[in-house]
Amino acid sequence: MSTAFFYALVGVGLFCLGLYTLIVQAHLLRKILAFNVMGSGVFLVLVALAKRTEDALPDPVPHAMVITGIVVAVSATALALTLMLKLAKETGKAELAGEGEE
Amino acid sequence: MAAIFLEIPWAVVLILLPLSGAMACFLWPAVAKSVGLVTVSMLALSVAGLVWQVMEYGVYRHAVGGWGAPLGIDLYADGLSLLMLAMTALVGLAVSIYATGYFEQPHAARFWPLWLLLLAALNALFLAADIFNLYVTLELMGLAAVALSALSGSRDALGGAMRYLLATLLGSLAYLFGVALLYHGFGSVDMAILGQRLEATPIVWAALALMTTGLALKTALFPFHFWLPPAHASAPAPVSAVLSALVVKASFYILLRLWLEIFGPLGVEGVETLLGLLGAAAVLWGSVQALRQTRLKLLVAYSTVAQIGYLFLAFPLAAGSGITAWNAVAYLALSHALAKAAMFLVAGNLLRFGGHDRIADLDRVVQRLPLTVTAFALAGVSIMGLPPSGGFIGKWLLLEAALQQGRWDLAVVMMLGGLLAAGYVFKVLGFAFTQAGVPHESKTVPASMEWAALLLAVAAIVLGFLAAPLLALVGIGAPFGISEVAP
Repeated sequence: MSTAFFYALVGVGLFCLGLYTLIVQAHLLRKILAFNVMGSGVFLVLVALAKRTEDALPDPVPHAMVITGIVVAVSATALALTLMLKLAKETGKAELAGEGEE
Repeated sequence: MAAIFLEIPWAVVLILLPLSGAMACFLWPAVAKSVGLVTVSMLALSVAGLVWQVMEYGVYRHAVGGWGAPLGIDLYADGLSLLMLAMTALVGLAVSIYATGYFEQPHAARFWPLWLLLLAALNALFLAADIFNLYVTLELMGLAAVALSALSGSRDALGGAMRYLLATLLGSLAYLFGVALLYHGFGSVDMAILGQRLEATPIVWAALALMTTGLALKTALFPFHFWLPPAHASAPAPVSAVLSALVVKASFYILLRLWLEIFGPLGVEGVETLLGLLGAAAVLWGSVQALRQTRLKLLVAYSTVAQIGYLFLAFPLAAGSGITAWNAVAYLALSHALAKAAMFLVAGNLLRFGGHDRIADLDRVVQRLPLTVTAFALAGVSIMGLPPSGGFIGKWLLLEAALQQGRWDLAVVMMLGGLLAAGYVFKVLGFAFTQAGVPHESKTVPASMEWAALLLAVAAIVLGFLAAPLLALVGIGAPFGISEVAP
């Protein structure tokens, strides 16, 4: 097993861990953090798999994609946190009410 | 003069114009309304320009900054892109006219920048030629849409927006994972190149599963529709109209593109059958839920869940009847966009008028808001699929595809969906004629709001007479492939 493949597997693991937390935890901050962990998992897969063979130089395109992805993730997190704070102010708790938990 | 008009890179204008408009609205909120209206009108002209360009020169491809496909970003427009862009421009124009009457300051200053950003994201999405660029535009669209749906700041709106944000982020992440796998497997994100290189390997199956699930979640395909009714019902009326008409169509468009260019040729009958089954379930479940609602906006939102189901019924039919099923999808998407936007605008009018949207308490609105109720009835004709309307042509083509292949099960679902739709449309119309038990104090509805709804509803009906030229337009560049089965 090459190092790159190992990192890619870790990325898949992070993705699944985040997904589990997202479904199980009710608190919105935990859900938002779970998204960030999932995103990091995907980015790790992208970066790790950029190195196709043991001695080849890594492909720079996925790295550029990850940078774009990080920008998107930061803006999404900012929006999510703002919404969470407003919701907490309005309802008194940072959880989604009602049936059908995410 | 005409020559200059043909040389302008309209595709670039379509993205840059709303972006700069959004910035201008953000910087000068006092003039946001007029800047917004001017931008949206110019967008409609630019779409016309692009249509003309494509009809003159054929399929359009533009390498941004002069960097070509493998490394740079390409803009690409064929018949399907044009149809979606035209749909966006038309709905956008009507919703903008509506919004001038609907939003007062300070809400107007928040609405216009976000709305123009959403338009920029939608246009960029329909012009994107590679799957990573599609991801970026998908996220741009999602964030703008979530912010718009939280606009009123009420408890319901914030909860709905939060749920929507969680669903949309999860969908995009799954999609991005698929992009990562496809890039690793085949060394490109350009759809045309991927289509040529793709082979049936485990990586492709994983990418297919992740991307389809993510996009189905964003398109609110049953059983992933849980986020749609609360978000769409609690948003301000013009925002609900745009979310239902355009935003869910955008993620469906990506799924359709992936299918046509990348996954379809691999022969994935199992997945196609599953999508068809979920579509059928969505048609029935969404319609029954719509029939059970007591509030108009929720009724219209569940009707969206049902109508989305129709789009997915085409997947199991496409292999056997090819172009007919995809043509049906294009027609259904367009006519649903117009009719559903009209319905949400009508709901907004009734909400403004009576201060509530309880269906049973509609108080003789047919005499007091005749234009609005006419708009609802016309939009209802298209949603039910009665002739002459866009919805009729779309459902007819789909039914034809189903009957050609002897898929009676799907045909029965389509018929039942139509009957149930008639049920919920007439439920609303029935109460529009009667006097409510408790009379309400009514407010006046601005003429712009009534006419915008009527404009969209009439457009949905007129679509029923434009089948031949529209299908010819969609066929530019053969996005659905060359049909072996004669229609």
